[in-house]
Amino acid sequence: MKLPEAAGLALSFIARLITGAQGHWHGSTPKAEQRIYFANHQSHFDWVLIWATLPRDLRAATRPIAARDYWTATPFKHWLTREVFNAVYVSRQRAKDGSGDDEDPLEPLMEALRHGDSLVIFPEGTRGHAADPAPFKSGLYALAQAFPDVQLIPAWIDNVQRVMPKGEVVPVPILCAVVFGPPIALAPGEERRAFLDRARVAVMALREVV
Amino acid sequence: MAELRALSVSQQVGLLFVVLFGLLGLVTLVAFGRSLGDLTPAQTAVRERFARELRALWIGAVLFWIAWVSGPLGSTLLFGFVSFFALREFVTLTHTRRADHRSLLLAFFIVLPLQYVLVGMRLINAFTVFIPVYVFFAIPVISALANDPFRFLERTAKIQWGVTVTVYGMSHAPALLLLDLPRYRERGAFLVLFLVVVVVAAQVGQEAASRRLRRRPVARAISRSFSWRAFGAGVATAAVVGLLLDWVTPFNPLAGMAMAAIAGAAGTLGEFVMTALKRDAGVGNSSGASSVTGAVGLLDRVAPLCFAAPVFFHSVRGYFGI
Repeated sequence: MKLPEAAGLALSFIARLITGAQGHWHGSTPKAEQRIYFANHQSHFDWVLIWATLPRDLRAATRPIAARDYWTATPFKHWLTREVFNAVYVSRQRAKDGSGDDEDPLEPLMEALRHGDSLVIFPEGTRGHAADPAPFKSGLYALAQAFPDVQLIPAWIDNVQRVMPKGEVVPVPILCAVVFGPPIALAPGEERRAFLDRARVAVMALREVV
Repeated sequence: MAELRALSVSQQVGLLFVVLFGLLGLVTLVAFGRSLGDLTPAQTAVRERFARELRALWIGAVLFWIAWVSGPLGSTLLFGFVSFFALREFVTLTHTRRADHRSLLLAFFIVLPLQYVLVGMRLINAFTVFIPVYVFFAIPVISALANDPFRFLERTAKIQWGVTVTVYGMSHAPALLLLDLPRYRERGAFLVLFLVVVVVAAQVGQEAASRRLRRRPVARAISRSFSWRAFGAGVATAAVVGLLLDWVTPFNPLAGMAMAAIAGAAGTLGEFVMTALKRDAGVGNSSGASSVTGAVGLLDRVAPLCFAAPVFFHSVRGYFGI
């Protein structure tokens, strides 16, 4: 076993110890199909929780999105996201100097999907505090349009804001659950805003699932 | 009984585990045999519930055996982990706020390990006062420093209460291993086993009695099955089992019965209190599937022990005057 693999196992063990990391599948099953999981976002721990909830053989092909400026800033962060999580790096700012090599921020995601990988995205864009998730940003719509064959699976992450609130570094052990719902699809000719609102409702609906 | 007492410690322990695993194996075989054939859905539900309970018993028995094999250190560690999981479940059930973060870290990562270190080092005086005195003082201080007055007393009280039940209470079970009783060296594990068995017996007795008797519940809003008659039946069951287990204890038969009754009563009442707490937290019954977090499981099973262990521990100390 190589070091990144061992580190991954250790991390998922810790996630289980701290949160229980229970996955509940309602209307979809953990299968090795190409998927985009989209979920509410309240804590840095969200990704680790989804990742630890997935069966081990799906983890390698399921990738998070990481902001390049932050997650490559130190060798450790870079190693963790590149070797352990196999993250897709995106640039938060477009090139300001207008030099022409202005990359579409979604391009790395498209590249990963073309490659056959699954992705986990948090369409709110940033970690929220409110009970309800913020309106979704349009990236999910663009991806759904470009890859109609990839399944879109909503997920609700419960309780994780209590484990590690913004600004704290040590997690408190509290049981968390991830509820995965039935896949949604972009209807023919569906408006961008309508689709994004429907996706957000699909995530929030899982809160009621017991 | 005299022959049993004459056996060496390890022979007695071996016999005990043979009996324990033999009984479990027998029950499992019978249950498996009866699960073959056609069943109505209602019967299937009962069987599944029984199978779940049985699995929990198996896990408990195997853990117990591991604890015995690995000695006092192993069992202290084992109970420490059980405490950890029970406290995790308790905190999940209560509504804490952001400002409680540091207090909870203190509870989980400092108080809990330190309490079990004190137990492991046989510092009986220290571990009986550590949580009621020092932690009682420290938690509100840390909470107040977090600068959030909203429902301050309620939040602090909940954390203190959870620590007292799941850490302080539970830690008295491995502490029994370390008691230095007259003519009873190296046999602390029997006391732990005695405690666990009589507490379970009291619950089984109470449960069976409440099904048969159908008495008026004492507190209908909290538990529909708790009546004084059923409670009495549970305590009596514990006392009888205590008498049967007399040969593993350092007590005389009468004292053994009394100890068993005390532990059984404390455990049953503790479970009653836990039911009230779950009602408050909005968790209906112990079906296990009633919340997204699946938070009801371990705490339910260990709560009676958490309440019974300190009472039993101090009763034993009082009896021997140590």
